[in-house]
Amino acid sequence: MAEYLILIFEDENAYATATPDVLQQVMEAHTRFAEQVPQKGGKIVEGRALQPTPTATTIRGDVVTDGPFIETKEAVGGYYLIEARDLDQALDIAKLCPARFGGVEVRPIMVFG
Amino acid sequence: MTGSPPPGGPGCGGGDGAGPAHDPGGVEPGEVSAAIADAHRREWAFVLAATARVAGDLDLAEECVQDAYAAALTAWTRQGVPRNTGAWLTTAARRRAIDAKRRDAVLRAKLPLLIEPDPPVASSAPPGAGTGEGDEVIPDDRLRLIFTCCHPALAREAQVALTLRLVCGLTTVEIAQAFLVSEPTMAARVTRAKKKISGARIAYRVPGPAELPDRLDAVLTVVHLLYTTGHTAPGGDNLVRADLVDRAIALARMLRTLMPDEREVAGLLALILLTDARRATRADARGRLLLLEEQDRSQWDRAVVAEGTALVPWALRGGGPGRFALQAAIAALHAEAPSYAETDWPQIVALYDALLRVWSSPVVALNRAVAVAMALGPAAGLAQIGELEADGRLGAYRYLPAAKADLLRRLGQREAAAQAYRAALALTDNAAEREFLARRLTEVTGTLS
Repeated sequence: MAEYLILIFEDENAYATATPDVLQQVMEAHTRFAEQVPQKGGKIVEGRALQPTPTATTIRGDVVTDGPFIETKEAVGGYYLIEARDLDQALDIAKLCPARFGGVEVRPIMVFG
Repeated sequence: MTGSPPPGGPGCGGGDGAGPAHDPGGVEPGEVSAAIADAHRREWAFVLAATARVAGDLDLAEECVQDAYAAALTAWTRQGVPRNTGAWLTTAARRRAIDAKRRDAVLRAKLPLLIEPDPPVASSAPPGAGTGEGDEVIPDDRLRLIFTCCHPALAREAQVALTLRLVCGLTTVEIAQAFLVSEPTMAARVTRAKKKISGARIAYRVPGPAELPDRLDAVLTVVHLLYTTGHTAPGGDNLVRADLVDRAIALARMLRTLMPDEREVAGLLALILLTDARRATRADARGRLLLLEEQDRSQWDRAVVAEGTALVPWALRGGGPGRFALQAAIAALHAEAPSYAETDWPQIVALYDALLRVWSSPVVALNRAVAVAMALGPAAGLAQIGELEADGRLGAYRYLPAAKADLLRRLGQREAAAQAYRAALALTDNAAEREFLARRLTEVTGTLS
């Protein structure tokens, strides 16, 4: 098994303006995702949501600035660290990952010899 | 290049797979290099694919296969050309891979290719076979190799480069030349793709039934892209880059052999053959591009047409045909028509309608517009082209203004036609195509009053 990070990129504004009903649906979708991963033969090692980018602080060298490292309309809002056999299985799982206001990026975790 | 003794030489008992085909004393040097060139063209994919399984790493596998080909020169000159050159080369390359892995266990074990075990029947030797070295039944891994090269997690240009490099055995220099990019650019592209295969753990396997249709479509798209790139070189002076065309045909034939039940594979081979049967007539003696309607149909390769046409009903069978089968059916109608005017245009329009349903592409819609113009007249075709212009997706597609110009010319609207020819010229780099467009432009402007 190998580890992959599923980075969830979404439009933060869509969340800021979402109705409680929509937010409830998102929560349910993530609960469902957690149930689906083992059925696909993988495992969630960890999954977290992040506070939105206005809470981010960036440091370059020793200069501290307010805001995210890169300003984009769709920002990382959460992640899952999963275990999967290979990229095909990881993609199979990532396709189920909720991201109604954007999409996900799958990155293999580097293994050091 | 040293180390393991070559398998299947005269001393090995001359098994039925890799024994010497010639008296060792009578081998001409030219014969050996010809045999190696032939084995390179025919057996590269088989040898590399089988070696990758043992090496567990594509770079190591390539290195070992190159070494095996180099070793063959000495060995075959001394011992004679083996009957089964592919088995000889595979055994030699696999031994090198095993040795290298043993020497370098830590480094090589880090990011192995993920290889699924074969079903028992595929890897076990048939009864009575496999007595001597070189006789072992080597599983045919060429499908694993091409599906790995064409994995959707790789960019299309990387899929194409890897297929040429690993499946066809072309060098980076050759691939760079074929795609008009610099050698360092192509080398970086190949390296990046290989790193992604190991780093992201793209498995060395043929996809399961659920994924197969999409994954196969990617493979077929790559092979077709190789063909069309060779067929109409985007910026070169030669209209046909014969080597790429031949490689694409060989790949399509290989897939047809390895996946005889896949209709779209038959469709792709048919499409390529039916297009390629017209190869000799695509340009005149001075290299000028000839349109389908200007081509000398008596010069079309009838044997190739027959081979392609025979595949079409098979590719279409069972309903819901795919895009390659439908394109092949269109190509077959063209190939069978006695002349451009006597082509079954209504049937071609109907096939394009079916094609648009499975493959909604503005390029297909443009081809349909040309067929509509033939079936119902240039004005009807022009109306379709107007819709495509409004759509905007073909803004940089040189064949849109070229087709429009042709219909305007037929309608006698010379000034509008000239304008469209100029627009097409501005988008075209291919020398033969430029000359054709310039000639037509002169025709319409020359008759302007």
